[in-house]
Amino acid sequence: MSERDVVILGAGMHPWGKWGRDFTEYGMVAARAALADAGLAWTDVEYVAGAETIRNGYPGFVPGSTFSQKLGWIGVPVSSSYAACASGSTALQAARANILAGFCDVALVIGADTTPKGFFAPVGGDRPDDPDWLRFHLLGATNPVFFALNARRRMDVYGATAEDFAQVKVKNSRHGLENPNARFRKENTVDDVVKSPIVSDPLRLLDICATSDGAAALIVTSAEYAERKLGKLAGVPRVRAVSLSTPTYPQTRLELPDFATDSSAVVTPPARGFKDSLIWNAYEEAGLGPDDVSFAEVYDLSTALELDWYENLGLCAEGEAEQLLRKGDTTIGGRVPVNPSGGLACFGEAIPAQAIAQVCELTWQLRGQATGRQVEGATVGITANQGLFGHGSSVIVSI
Amino acid sequence: MSERVTVPAVQGWFTTPADGDAEQPHLIGAKCVECATYVFPPRATGCPNPHCASDVLEPTPLSRRGKVWSYTENQYAPPKPFRAPDPFEPYALAAVQLDAEGLVILGQVAKGVLAADLQVGMDMQVELGTLYSDTDDDGNVVDHLVYVWAPATPAGAEAVQS
Repeated sequence: MSERDVVILGAGMHPWGKWGRDFTEYGMVAARAALADAGLAWTDVEYVAGAETIRNGYPGFVPGSTFSQKLGWIGVPVSSSYAACASGSTALQAARANILAGFCDVALVIGADTTPKGFFAPVGGDRPDDPDWLRFHLLGATNPVFFALNARRRMDVYGATAEDFAQVKVKNSRHGLENPNARFRKENTVDDVVKSPIVSDPLRLLDICATSDGAAALIVTSAEYAERKLGKLAGVPRVRAVSLSTPTYPQTRLELPDFATDSSAVVTPPARGFKDSLIWNAYEEAGLGPDDVSFAEVYDLSTALELDWYENLGLCAEGEAEQLLRKGDTTIGGRVPVNPSGGLACFGEAIPAQAIAQVCELTWQLRGQATGRQVEGATVGITANQGLFGHGSSVIVSI
Repeated sequence: MSERVTVPAVQGWFTTPADGDAEQPHLIGAKCVECATYVFPPRATGCPNPHCASDVLEPTPLSRRGKVWSYTENQYAPPKPFRAPDPFEPYALAAVQLDAEGLVILGQVAKGVLAADLQVGMDMQVELGTLYSDTDDDGNVVDHLVYVWAPATPAGAEAVQS
């Protein structure tokens, strides 16, 4: 291991739920838990990277300083990142870059959110130049509309069925049963899913993830610092890659919140589309490939989107995700478990915390601490996450 | 005396009867004067092609017909700023592929055409629908128009997998 590596010394979360309390309350719990897990004091932290929430006023825009003030000013640099659903991994990369540059050795990465009930709506006010406002105004194109377009595509082109989608929920609901941080800890049957009301056809209420309150935090350090503190690095999860790349023009898949794809009339589309390239950039940075992956935490905003990720991750060829699911390959105990945490199906989405929560799960799985949902012998974990406006991320952690 | 008038719900994205195009409405995109790439919604500056430094894009009519890339049907009222009728009526949306322009464009589907009537690959064409209606200061009823996708042929008759 080179001294320029970044390792994860601590992971902490506030359980996901729906209480409507001040988001900083949740964040404080997660930060204290991550510090305790790392065996460090707040005053040992040399950099704070916050992931922003846009629904909690000014404190939400400046979480780096919001949490620094809450924990007590310690006079260290802070940053705040917004990258939609990839905000958490963007904050992680800010911390990692500062450590790799030698500017600091110990960083706190933190994200927390309080969410309103129901559909995510755009930020208030009349903004006819904002595509995110216009998609609601002109089309009523909620986030589930975009999830549904992808789901329908799987059905009409690859022969996916409503039961396949339901089986993703059934699998994830079982995975999350013992997860103390999961909001929904109830086993769902196929019947529960296919009899829940349709929101955006073909997706039903139980196919679509909820919005949640929650918080997650990581303590990341230089490998050198960790070795000095622990006397060894064996068994300490190491960040192998953080991919945050945008699409490459032309982006020919319709993505949130766009009215249209880019045009492929003049420029040939790239060999790898947006989500494929997000993942493969991570593989390339880590020097790893799909065959090395022990398990994955993916953004199952809908059940059907989890199936898309199997293909983006290279776990199977395009159009074969349903077969992988049906064989049980992605269930704990199978070849490459997906969402052993229970995923968004069991958590719901707390935007700035979610990508950090995925890395928390990687940490606990790789340390063998994921009680009741452990992927035995896991050595490499990967996250996959996607947001609006060309944001997304993939993080690879290994021991 | 009050009248019924129509206005586009968004400016410059589609032709309206006022453009003398009542029977054959079409979407308006933008085309780069240098590299000829297309953009929708239209914009006047900033070519999206990273290999092109042009800052001049001109409005251009887009193909009126295309094929369904995918579709869905909203069975719950979307939140504001969508103006959902009360009681809410489910409606469909479709992403339609325009081959000549290499674009896939999302739109509402014409009233009364639901998911069960749609299929990937189906031929669609642009029409105009009423997004919502309200009353102006003079007491006129104002219909706010938006482009919609409508089946170009009887539903399902020309369905092709793409």
